[in-house]
Amino acid sequence: MDLVGHIAPLAFGLAAIGSGVGVGVIVGKTVESVARQPELAGRLQTLMWIGIAITEALCFIAVGVAFIPFPQP
Amino acid sequence: MRHERRAPILETVLSSLALAVLPRLADDSSGGGFVPPSINDLFPDAVLFADTPFALNRILLIRLLAVVIISLILWLGSRRMRVVPSKGQVAFEFMFDFIRKGVVIDTLGEKDGRRFMPVLLTIFFATLAMNLTGTIPGLQIASTSLIGQALLMAILAYVLFVYAGIKKFGVGRFFKNALWLPGVPIFLRPVIAILEVLSTFIVRPVTLTLRLTMNMVAGHMLLALCFLATNFFLITVLGSGNAIGLIGVGTLGLGVAFTVLELFVGVLQAYIFTILTAIYIQLALAEEH
Repeated sequence: MDLVGHIAPLAFGLAAIGSGVGVGVIVGKTVESVARQPELAGRLQTLMWIGIAITEALCFIAVGVAFIPFPQP
Repeated sequence: MRHERRAPILETVLSSLALAVLPRLADDSSGGGFVPPSINDLFPDAVLFADTPFALNRILLIRLLAVVIISLILWLGSRRMRVVPSKGQVAFEFMFDFIRKGVVIDTLGEKDGRRFMPVLLTIFFATLAMNLTGTIPGLQIASTSLIGQALLMAILAYVLFVYAGIKKFGVGRFFKNALWLPGVPIFLRPVIAILEVLSTFIVRPVTLTLRLTMNMVAGHMLLALCFLATNFFLITVLGSGNAIGLIGVGTLGLGVAFTVLELFVGVLQAYIFTILTAIYIQLALAEEH
């Protein structure tokens, strides 16, 4: 059986595994820290968003790769 | 009471279903097969001013409509403020306070927060209005799902944080603060500086743009897929006497669930865009990070 289609979604899927785990770890740890020290919640949340933005970037780079015109063999 | 409240919901569901499906029925009747949603949904034919540089298609018209509606809501809501607020004013003030205190003042502090408040509130409410058109029956496409709107606002955020940093520190010290990090061994600093150029000045605006656009595109695809599958199963398959078409009931339920999810995603993406812009400004204003 032949598989036909675009390979780009595969790249996105693989990248999504990594950044999914990453975002999960970041948010989970933030929740833990807020539970431990609620008075730091605001500052921790800011750090959390920065971390999520950087981690998620890998996912969006994978989306962008689909649009790079690689030379065809 | 309960029966009165159920009717509009049912009506909303049915009308949204009909509007998602109706344009496809014409295509369906010829082949009878399942027509999946495609990326061409995002590039409909021009409606007004076709063949000119100002051609407006359906999505751009929806975008203009969203701008008009949010302007009207903000104008009418803020026109008659009372010390003792009415119900509408309470809701209105809750939205404003959520962004004012929860996002801007918390991130930027009182003094800088007040300076950047208008532009951040503009970003939030514009993004919110344009995201929510994705779930409104009859419109059914988020006008931020074309990349232009997200790109424009990402460029605005980019200009804002570079401007904020340069205004406060001057060109040299701003770039030194951002790139030449203290606490890193001196022989590693050039490498880190290159990475910082990449992450601060290239990846930031690109991810701001793509995060918003891709979330909205994916949301539209999910909704369209659910409602088109419902149409296919309930009308084409069940209509031809095949009991397998009852799967359509399940896909209809999924579609309704995803509509609620899309509402949440729309608000969440507007919030994330605003808070990230605020954080980028705060990082540019910080003495050293």
